[in-house]
Amino acid sequence: MRDFAVLYADLDATNKTNEKVAAMVRYLRSAPPADAAWAIYFLIGRRPRQAVSATHLRAWAAEAAGIADWLFEECYAAVGDLAETMALLDVRASSRASHSLSEWVEGVLLPLREMDEPDKKCVVLRAWASLDSRERFVWNKLITGAFRVGVSQKLVVRALAEVSGVDEATLSHRLMGEWQPSADFFAQLIAPETADADISRPYPFCLAYALESKLPTDARGRLFDADPVAFAGTLQAALGDLSDWQAEWKWDGIRAQLIRRRGQTFLWSRGEELITARFPEIAAIGAALPDGVVLDGEILPFKDGRVLPFGRLQTRIGRKTLTKKILAEAPVVLFAYDLLELDGQDVRSRPLRWRRAQLAQLVEACRLPTLKLSPIVAAESWEALERRQQCSRAHDAEGLMLKRLDSSYGVGRIVGDWWKWKVAPYTADAVLVYAQAGHGRRAGLFTDYTFAVWDGDPRNGGRLVPFAKAYSGLTDAEMRRVDAFIRANTLEKFGPVRTVKPQLVFELGFEGIQRSARHKSGIAVRFPRILRLRDDKRIEDADTLETIRALLPIEPEA
Amino acid sequence: MLARFGRIVLLGRRYHPPWVAFAMSDLLRLTDDGLYCEAGDFWIDPWRPVRRAVITHAHADHARPGSEAYLTSSEGRHVLRLRLGPDALIEAVPYGQPVFMNGVRVSLHPAGHILGSAQIRVEHKGEVWVVTGDYKTTPDPTCALFELVRCHVFVSECTFGLPIYHWPDPRTVFAQIHAWWQANAAAGRASVIYGYALGKAQRILAGVDASVGPLLTHGAVERVNAAYRESGVALPATEYVGGVADRARYRGALIIAPPSAHGAPWVRRFGDCATAIASGWMQVRGMRRRRAVDRGFVLSDHVDWDELMRTIEATGAERVLLTHGYTAVVARYLQERGLQADVLSTRFVGDADDIDAIAEKA
Repeated sequence: MRDFAVLYADLDATNKTNEKVAAMVRYLRSAPPADAAWAIYFLIGRRPRQAVSATHLRAWAAEAAGIADWLFEECYAAVGDLAETMALLDVRASSRASHSLSEWVEGVLLPLREMDEPDKKCVVLRAWASLDSRERFVWNKLITGAFRVGVSQKLVVRALAEVSGVDEATLSHRLMGEWQPSADFFAQLIAPETADADISRPYPFCLAYALESKLPTDARGRLFDADPVAFAGTLQAALGDLSDWQAEWKWDGIRAQLIRRRGQTFLWSRGEELITARFPEIAAIGAALPDGVVLDGEILPFKDGRVLPFGRLQTRIGRKTLTKKILAEAPVVLFAYDLLELDGQDVRSRPLRWRRAQLAQLVEACRLPTLKLSPIVAAESWEALERRQQCSRAHDAEGLMLKRLDSSYGVGRIVGDWWKWKVAPYTADAVLVYAQAGHGRRAGLFTDYTFAVWDGDPRNGGRLVPFAKAYSGLTDAEMRRVDAFIRANTLEKFGPVRTVKPQLVFELGFEGIQRSARHKSGIAVRFPRILRLRDDKRIEDADTLETIRALLPIEPEA
Repeated sequence: MLARFGRIVLLGRRYHPPWVAFAMSDLLRLTDDGLYCEAGDFWIDPWRPVRRAVITHAHADHARPGSEAYLTSSEGRHVLRLRLGPDALIEAVPYGQPVFMNGVRVSLHPAGHILGSAQIRVEHKGEVWVVTGDYKTTPDPTCALFELVRCHVFVSECTFGLPIYHWPDPRTVFAQIHAWWQANAAAGRASVIYGYALGKAQRILAGVDASVGPLLTHGAVERVNAAYRESGVALPATEYVGGVADRARYRGALIIAPPSAHGAPWVRRFGDCATAIASGWMQVRGMRRRRAVDRGFVLSDHVDWDELMRTIEATGAERVLLTHGYTAVVARYLQERGLQADVLSTRFVGDADDIDAIAEKA
């Protein structure tokens, strides 16, 4: 555990990728293989299910430090990180334990989940007492299921490649799917050749960068697209001829890989979760596919020839049992984007043109209403394509995907061949009404905001109703300014939440909007974020619920 | 003269906001100008110009210009002069030696915060008050060790008044700084360490092993170094960055600068350099990450939680007033322990200068 805590501190102590890779290489070279396997597991963002609830941990940590709960909460607000707060509080140390990472995880962490509460408490308190502050921090990160450190999977793979000599694409692939960290796994991972026995293993997803990162944008990072002719020229200059590109709708669903191998079907989400059981309609497609086929596509709620809002999908996510009612209310289909494997052969390096033609044949042969070829958006010119892009919402899409016709299916996020081109977000002007301290690098600053809009006429008896929460989008300087405003204008405190004098108006952006019975305002918005501070507006100028409701899509009743 | 007279009259009638929780008969009370002793007719660390200002230490939030006369510790007179300029009327008194003002006995006692820092002991009619200014109880070679003064009312700072703050042994911290500097020097890079120009910078200089490489300083730091040396504090040889002709000497050097230099054009001259902040705030990861420096060294000139609690208990005070920092938290904690504790809303900001945390502190 000591070495792993040192690795964490090393990774945390630098912003430089070379130093991060060097730290991981040092660790992987010296750690026992079982520890290395667990380290990789955590570093690439995997985590065992949370073993102890945060509420219990807080209470136990306060007790161990001999402080009242309110004082613990004050500390937490100042630190902004639960695991770190618990690590910083003084704990009477008993004898130091010198277990390795794998011993801690397999011997203490994993069995925790099965224990009853008094046993859990005993184990957790004993663990705290036997670890130093730095180890305790990492340990807390592991038991709270919040282990994150500033390395991307790409960097972990780079370090592994340096240690093993195996190329990065192969390593990325070997890290996909479900695997159990162990000494054996690590040996297989870094071996020059392995018999890839795991038939469920998906390929790394190919991701696209936002077109904004390629084209000239304004100070807020938005595309200059006021003049369509000029913008078409910009596209032509940046991307070349439209005939080299394939345009598709960018859907807002669940990106997934459907695998059919040796008569078995596996469905993986982009977060590398096996979701076969949750989408029986999609899993059923597998039976119609030939063996040795892997499709990349989007799971979308779809009914009566129309894509439904993402919210419909959310009603299914997280359900343990899918009732007939749910299946009928939010039926799903797979919009196929790409073909990654055919006849058991990895075809990712073939050009998109070829893969798309093969995919079309496969989809055609299946003849299933649940499997659709994601349609191509045809246009004669960049200008015409832009006009179609602007109509994305009418097609229930959030923009376009541009893919170069001769591109291979890359590993991870690739610059140049694939671009996402989203439509401008919906916007609304809203008033800051509640604030809470942020986390991580925003610790101790009030940066988590709740915004309200008017229910009724703001000048005649209207009242502000909370309608969205957002915390990203401000510059550091603006964040400090708003923080100072909140401190000076707090009306009430409810635990960590402050009620703020309604005065500041913000322009919010969001991607989608739908009705919601769970929200006071009756609406829920998707991906809300702050676009800018509107110092030029008074609170009476903020939007009303009525104007926001007008954005609601006309939804077929379930 | 008329203006001064007018102010005296006004003082007696001035409205006191409700958070000033103690009576008019108090030995020290809060006015719009600062903490005022009516019996002795003087202010402690006033934030507006007054007739007589007794100064705990020379940091900007405690020593403000414009008053007619200042009283400081003998050790602090050069640094206070640096803060207030050549025209200020500064009187100095050795630690422990009483000064009588209208029959009120005032004495200054080491606070261990920076050179010349003092707790102000005020005694009148058998009642003793102590105002700490900023203080730490850990030894520091650049200033006198904190002296515990027993009192009835203890007016304390609590910049780091949360139980998450536990300072590591400074020797451990200096070993970390040493290893960091050495590794950077071996890699041919400059090491830039940020700390408050008055106090922290000199503590760092006195604590590092100067054999690793040259010690270079920002102008603001070098000016204070001169005042420290003039006061008899031994500091290793330093060189003002602006006077370094050969840029190759940056590599391997330890450069000491105030935090405001971070991200400024000033640091660009060092090219690829490693950066660090030395501050108590560095105990919290988010604080360091927000500053975007490579390292944070936990080195504070304030008391941590345990030191604060031990000191409060050891003074024997039956009443504690908290001037700045996590005042509400500490007051509540002490109240729950049966002490009489209140918040005093001063304009002191404690360690804010260390990492421009002014807006970030509750």
